[in-house]
Order: sequence, then C-alpha cells, then structure tokens
Amino acid sequence: MRNFPFRRCSWLLLALLLGSPAVLRAQATTPAEGPMLTQPAVLGMIALLLIIVLGAAVLLVGRVASLIRGTQKPSTENEAGRFDETVTNLTDPQLAAILARQQGREFALGGAELSGASPAHDTQGLVQHVALNVHSQWFHEKRRTAPFTDLDPKLTMLISAFLLCAAFWLVLGTTVGWYAGVKFVSPDVDHVAALSFGRLRPIHTNMVFWGWTSLAMIGLGYFVVPRTNNTPLFSLKWGWWSLGLINASVILGTVCLMAGINNGGGEYREYIWPVALLFALGVIVAFANFYQTVAHRTTEEFYISNWYILGATIWGIVLTVIAYLPWYQNGLGETITQGYYMHMGVGMWFMTFTLGLMYYFLPMSLNKPIYSYSLGVLAFWTQLLFYSLIGTHHYIFSPLPWWLQTVAIVFSVGMIIPVLAGTINFLMTFRGSRKRVGDSYSLPFLLMGVLFYFVGSFQGSLQALRYTNLVWHFTDFNVAHSHITMYGIVSFMLWGCIYTLAPKLRGREPRQALVGVHFWFALVGLLAYVMALMIGGTLKGMSWMAGEPFMKSVVLMAPYWLWRAIGGTFMLLAHFVFFYNLVDMLLGGKAAPQAPLTQAPVKQAISQAHDVLERI
Amino acid sequence: MSWNVYSNHRLFVGIVFGVFVFLSVLIAVQPAARIQNDNAPLPTAVALTDEQQAGLRVFIGEGCVACHTQQVRNIEMDKAWGGRPAVAADYAWRQRLDVWRATPSTLGSERTGPDLTEVGERQPSDLWHLLHLYQPRSVVKESIMPAFPWLFRDSVAGTPAGLALHIPAAYREPGGHTVVPTRRAQQLVAYLMSLKQAELPTGEAAPAFLYVQPPKAAVAAGLVADDAGLALDGNALYASNCQACHQASGEGLKGAFPPLKGSPVVNNTDATLMVNIILQGYDARAEYGVMPPFATRLTDAEIAAIVSHERSSWGNTGKPVTADFVKKLRALVKPVAAL
Repeated sequence: MRNFPFRRCSWLLLALLLGSPAVLRAQATTPAEGPMLTQPAVLGMIALLLIIVLGAAVLLVGRVASLIRGTQKPSTENEAGRFDETVTNLTDPQLAAILARQQGREFALGGAELSGASPAHDTQGLVQHVALNVHSQWFHEKRRTAPFTDLDPKLTMLISAFLLCAAFWLVLGTTVGWYAGVKFVSPDVDHVAALSFGRLRPIHTNMVFWGWTSLAMIGLGYFVVPRTNNTPLFSLKWGWWSLGLINASVILGTVCLMAGINNGGGEYREYIWPVALLFALGVIVAFANFYQTVAHRTTEEFYISNWYILGATIWGIVLTVIAYLPWYQNGLGETITQGYYMHMGVGMWFMTFTLGLMYYFLPMSLNKPIYSYSLGVLAFWTQLLFYSLIGTHHYIFSPLPWWLQTVAIVFSVGMIIPVLAGTINFLMTFRGSRKRVGDSYSLPFLLMGVLFYFVGSFQGSLQALRYTNLVWHFTDFNVAHSHITMYGIVSFMLWGCIYTLAPKLRGREPRQALVGVHFWFALVGLLAYVMALMIGGTLKGMSWMAGEPFMKSVVLMAPYWLWRAIGGTFMLLAHFVFFYNLVDMLLGGKAAPQAPLTQAPVKQAISQAHDVLERI
Repeated sequence: MSWNVYSNHRLFVGIVFGVFVFLSVLIAVQPAARIQNDNAPLPTAVALTDEQQAGLRVFIGEGCVACHTQQVRNIEMDKAWGGRPAVAADYAWRQRLDVWRATPSTLGSERTGPDLTEVGERQPSDLWHLLHLYQPRSVVKESIMPAFPWLFRDSVAGTPAGLALHIPAAYREPGGHTVVPTRRAQQLVAYLMSLKQAELPTGEAAPAFLYVQPPKAAVAAGLVADDAGLALDGNALYASNCQACHQASGEGLKGAFPPLKGSPVVNNTDATLMVNIILQGYDARAEYGVMPPFATRLTDAEIAAIVSHERSSWGNTGKPVTADFVKKLRALVKPVAAL
C-alpha cells in the first residue's frame, strides 16, 4: 500500500481529514474478499435503484388504478338495499327532523341580492380558460395556468429564444448521441469520417452540455433573477449577446470536432480554446447581467435562487479558465486538471444552477414557500466546500497522488450532506400536495428530478469508493451514472421548470396528452438505458476481475448495448415531442384570449358541466 | 455596509469567488503544477519521433481516447495491460500539442476497447495494425471498433508493393482495388507501435499491485499448473495473446498471419521449434507478418498452457508440453538474446 505523505500546502485538508478518521482508515485497508453481494457499496447501489424503480412503479400503478376506478361503476346493490330498509322504517319524528334539516341545507341566496337583475359582465378578465369539455374518461384533466400580465414582452422574447435554441440543441445533440449508441450495435452502419464514433461522442456531450443544458438554464435564469429581485433585467442587449456567443461556440465547436480538430481528448473540454472562449464570454456576460440585476434589486435580501445562480456562473467561469490555462498542464498535471474540470463542470455549473432554478420553480408550481431556508443555507455552503474537492475520484488507482485520491473519496462521501439537505427540503415542500402533483403536468418532472437527485448523487458517492472502482471503473456503468445525473436530475428538473414557465409567457398551454408522452417516454427510456448499462457494466467489471480475455467482455455487452439503443430511442422520441410542445407554447396558434370573456361561453360551460355531472 | 451575506451582494460574490478559487488552487492547480515540475521521463524511456508525434495527433483527432485507456492501475486486475502499475514519470513527456491544442488526455476514462499502454509490445506487427484500422472485424470478428477507411486509399502506380493490405475477401470493396495506407495511417501505427512501458531504473521497486484476487479453481481438465500451483486455462491465454492474429479458428488470415490448424510446426512430435518461435519471435517468411517474441511477456507455465492448447485444438494432434520443457528452452535462448 502506498502511503504518500501529505504535502506541504495541504495542512487544511489534513485537518479536515482528521475529522473523519474512520472513513480514512476504512479506505486505506483492503476490504475483505467476499461475494459482491455482501459489499456494502453494492448493496447500497441496489437499494438506490429500487428507489427509482419503486417510485416509477408507484406513479404508474396510481395512474392505472385511477383509470380503472374511472371506468367502473361502484357496486351499489347491497348499500342500496340497506338504505331502502332504513328509509321505509323511519318514524314520523325522524322524518320531520330530516325534512327540516333538508330545508335548512337547501337554503341559498339567489345570487342577485346585491347586484340586481341586470346581466353580469366579466370586465376584469377574472374568468379564464373556459373548458368546454371538462371530463375525459381517459386523461386526468390538469390544472391550467394563468399567464403573467406584467411581463415585459421583450424579456419574453429573449427567454423564448433561449428555450427554443436549447430545445433545438437537445434534439440535435441527442440525435447524435442516439446514433453513436447505434454504432455499438452496428459499427459498420456508415464509414464517413465526420460521423465516426470517436468524433460523434464529444459532439454529443458538448452539444447537450453547452447547447441544451446551459442555454436552458441561463434562459430560465433571465426570468428568475429579475422576478425574485423585483426589478427589470439589467440589460436585454447583454442577454442577446450571451445567447449569440454560446450558440456560436456550439456551432463552431461541432464543426471543429467533425473535422477532427480536438483540443486533446479531455472529456467536456474537447473544444479548442478559441471556441471555448466564446462560451466563457457568453457566461461572463450572463453573470454580469445577473449581478447587476441583483445589485438593482428592490428587496432587502436576495432570494436563495440568486445565491445558486450567481455561484454557478462564477464557478463555471473560474473552472473553465482553470481548465484552459496551460502553465500546469504538462505531464500528469493535465490529468489532475481534467479530473477537477470534468467533475466541477457537472457539479458546480449544471447542478448548482439547476438547484437555484428549483428553489424558485418548485415553490411556484406548488404555490407555497420552500420548506426550509436553513436547509437551503446548509446545502449551498456544503456544496461549495465539499464538491470542489472531489474531482480526482475519476482517477482512483491511477498514478495521481494517493492523498489526492483519498481526499476525493472522503469528500465524495461528504456530499451526502448537501444532497440530503436538498432532497429533504424539496420533498418536504411537496408534502401534503400529492393531489397537486396529479393535477399538474410540470410537477411530475420536478418530483422525478428530486428522486434522481438523491439517487444519482448518492450513487456517485458510492462509486467513488475504492472497492466499487474495482468493479465499475472504465465500464459502461459510468455512462449510466452520467445519464442519471445529467438527464435524470438536470434535464428532468429543467423540463419541469420550462413546463411551469412557458405556458405563463403567452398563456398558451401544451397539449396535455403530449406532455404525458414526453414524461413517460423520457422516464421509461432512461430507465431502460441505465438499467441495461448498469447490469452490463457490472458483468463487464466482474469479467475483467476474473481475468477473462478482454473480448469476452465486449461480446457479453452486446444485448445490453442493444437495450441501451432501445431506451435511447424512447428518450429521443420524447425530445421530439418536447420540441413540438415548446414550439406550440411559445410560437403556436393564438395566445390566450386577452379580452375579457363574455357571458355566453361561461354559461355554456357551466351547463355542460351540469350535464356531465347528471350523467354520472 | 451590511455584513449579512444575503443582503450584501458584493460580499456574497466575493466570498463564493474567493473560497472557490482557494479550494481550486489547493486541490487542482497547485498539485498539478507540482506533479508537472517534480517528474521527468524515465531514463530508459524513448522520446516520440516526429512520425510518432504526428500519429499521436491523429489518435487525438479521431477521438480514440473515448474508448482506449492508457493507464495500468495498481490493482491486480490491470496486470493484463502491463508488467507494473503506471507511475507519474511514465506521463512526464506529455506536453501541449501546439498553440491551439492542449496536452493530450491519454489516460482515458472508459475501456470500451483494450488498454493501449503496451499495445506496441503486445501487437508489434504493423501489418496487423493497418488491417485492423482499415476494418477491425477482418481480424477480430466480434470487435465493435469503428473502421477508418479514410486513412487508406486505392493504390496508384508507383506505390511500394509492400504496403498493400491483404484484406480478407469478405471485407474487400467491390471493384478489387489494391488498398494502401495514407501517410496518416502510417503515422498512427507508428505511434501505436511505440507504446510500451519503460523499465524502471535498477534498484527502483515498482509499486505493488493491490487487491490480489483469490486463486481460481481449475476451469477445465488438462490444465497446466504455474509456479504457485494455480491451474492455467490455455484457451483463455490463447484468446488474450494469440487470437488477434491466428484467429479463434486457428486458421490465421491468408496473406497476413499463418494458420496453426494443421501446421507441421504445431503438429510436430518435437515441440522445440514451436516453443522457440514463441519465445524468440519469427520473421522468416515474406508472405506473412512478423511474429513477436513472447519470452518477456509470458511465463513458462503460460507458454506451456498455450502450446498444449494449440497442439490439441482444431484437429491438431501434437502432445502437450510441460512448463519444465519451456524452462529448459528458455535457458538456451537467453544467451542468444543477450547478443
């Protein structure tokens, strides 16, 4: 066992480490050999998977049960018989009492006592979204949202542009990812240089990172920051600049990668520096805009969402600069920087920004405040302190310093604190609102996002341990993990936020059945995808540990790669549906009626509702 | 001025910026600078030639690192990829490629294909590499590696005949042109063939492999035991070390790698020549690629297991050999190799 001394500058880490000697000791010794199923980390992983599967199953069973309930007439014969018996045996005083009670209950004001006899006009526009068909037997009617009346149309345009660009990159980027996945099943599907797997893989990851996720986050941020600071966005012009710069970066980067111009193969920094610089400038402009908006706030404190959004943009800029500066990146310096960068990119940029959006959109769609301010404070600062230190856990057992690996493992386990704080905060905000989740088309996305947040992050902590690295490192298990996090957590949360905000921008609702298709295709597709790769990845790691010939591990993956492609197909279909829904909400048809309603459609709707109620 | 970080945005931004930069320097920049400055290439390591360096650029541009690692971790399961765990000095030669491109990220994070730390030693036949790049499935049937036909072109007059690929009929393009590698393919192969672990300086102990696996039970009858008394699976060893060229069928590839099935050398009652070829390598026949020497890569018991497997498979009728037999021949080989 290598026992590298702690280096000079690391006294602080040492002090922090002494706080957890048990963890350190546990990691420094070889775990007892035994069957995999007795390893705590493996058991933990299985428990985590069960959470997701059970969560999805509960949602599904709930849906099916309510469908069945809706189609069955309740069996009433026995009850009716008993009721008849009771009624026929009533005594006179009992009957008189009931009749008197009925008279009392049926007393009602006529409705015209105060207003007089002239017909009412809804000049304030208080009645909205009159539904003419209020009851569908097959689809639960979702609650409709009211549009904002006080939004600057120019800001609406900016946000819409961000979201539409993001959705475009999502569709294109995941088409590329899907095609790369197909190549695992059929490697000779084409022989075009620009479409070869080695070039497509970074095109896929960078496009969904910088094109889809980053643009969607910043676009939603341009709504949340002015809203929570009760002030207009500082500069619309800067907003358009950040959109243009990031789009330019993704376009140029994709062209470069297709042409075989790759920065060095380090994951997520495959764009050469002039291209990455455009992205960094886009984020810098966005940060300046957010910062100035917060500075011009009309509230005393700035809301928790702003901590996360300001933090994420600052950290995103810092880690991109550190990743691209050349002075410490020769030899293994490149590898330490790579571990730092690829992990911080996910944790300090995507995850942090998205959590900031959650702190606004979750309370907004539940129409109640976040459960705990203190848990939010705890989660934010522990995210900063712990997450920053764990990049090297991508290089366990590599020639990087042993102490650096140990620090990464210890703080990966420490990540349980911010993750639990965040999860509890979100789930407690959900508490008592079960009915609302069923009534909403955005809340299921947010709820699954929270579940994945717990599962995906906890899984990351377990994967950082030394034993689990034996089995899972270098296998497809890691690909599954990054899809649970970037897709299950970040994308599901972003979709929840977008479905909350977009209908309010113009007052145009998406077709609810299509939102359902998006949700279920994405969820089922993702589950098939990650289950296949996790099972296959585990078998692959076990084959390597058993010292079998390498090709055996390639052959055994074939069915799992096929299932991954099938799951990926569902995910891709979901994205096309999402794109349609978004275009429908932001550009499609007529916006919600702006003029106040007249009496006629309201009356018509009410009488239709009565008809329906009488029929059932 | 308020000292509440949630109502003083300047203070808040200052803290989240300052703390993150501090932690980043502590955990990334400072250790990276130190490991860069504290390490130099091993004295036995050979620097990349211009040709190999150009090959590294092709390697990066084509995204090979997406599937191929180059790190032997200090755990026993990685022994398959190198004789000793990687040390920081192994990577000290890596530098920024040019003003546009950063240091190549060759350690990798995914092992969809084999680790390449020692591919130059494991697979020293350029013929094999070229054929494998042109169409991986022509040499490894189950491979899912992309084919790189754009690194090759149809032969034109004046091309040296020695470069032409002997592509198996099933993978030949209709039209029957002779295919030759481009400059870039040759550079890439030059880079791949340069990949091998340098010897540690004498007296320097290699880091130990951790997590040693418990001994496995014998998987089939007729296995040879190694020094520790463990049973060896000749079939698995053949698949790991020989099959890429000689194929699972033992038939080799016509015009590239000779067949073992029905081979007089393999079926000879005296296995001396066969074991010698494995130990020392072989390059006597112009129509076939070079056979690399395995003396330093395989133990006596492993070679015995492979030889016994080859002599008893695909209808071959040779008798098995023992580890002692290989040991005796190895002792004779050594003085020759020292010349």
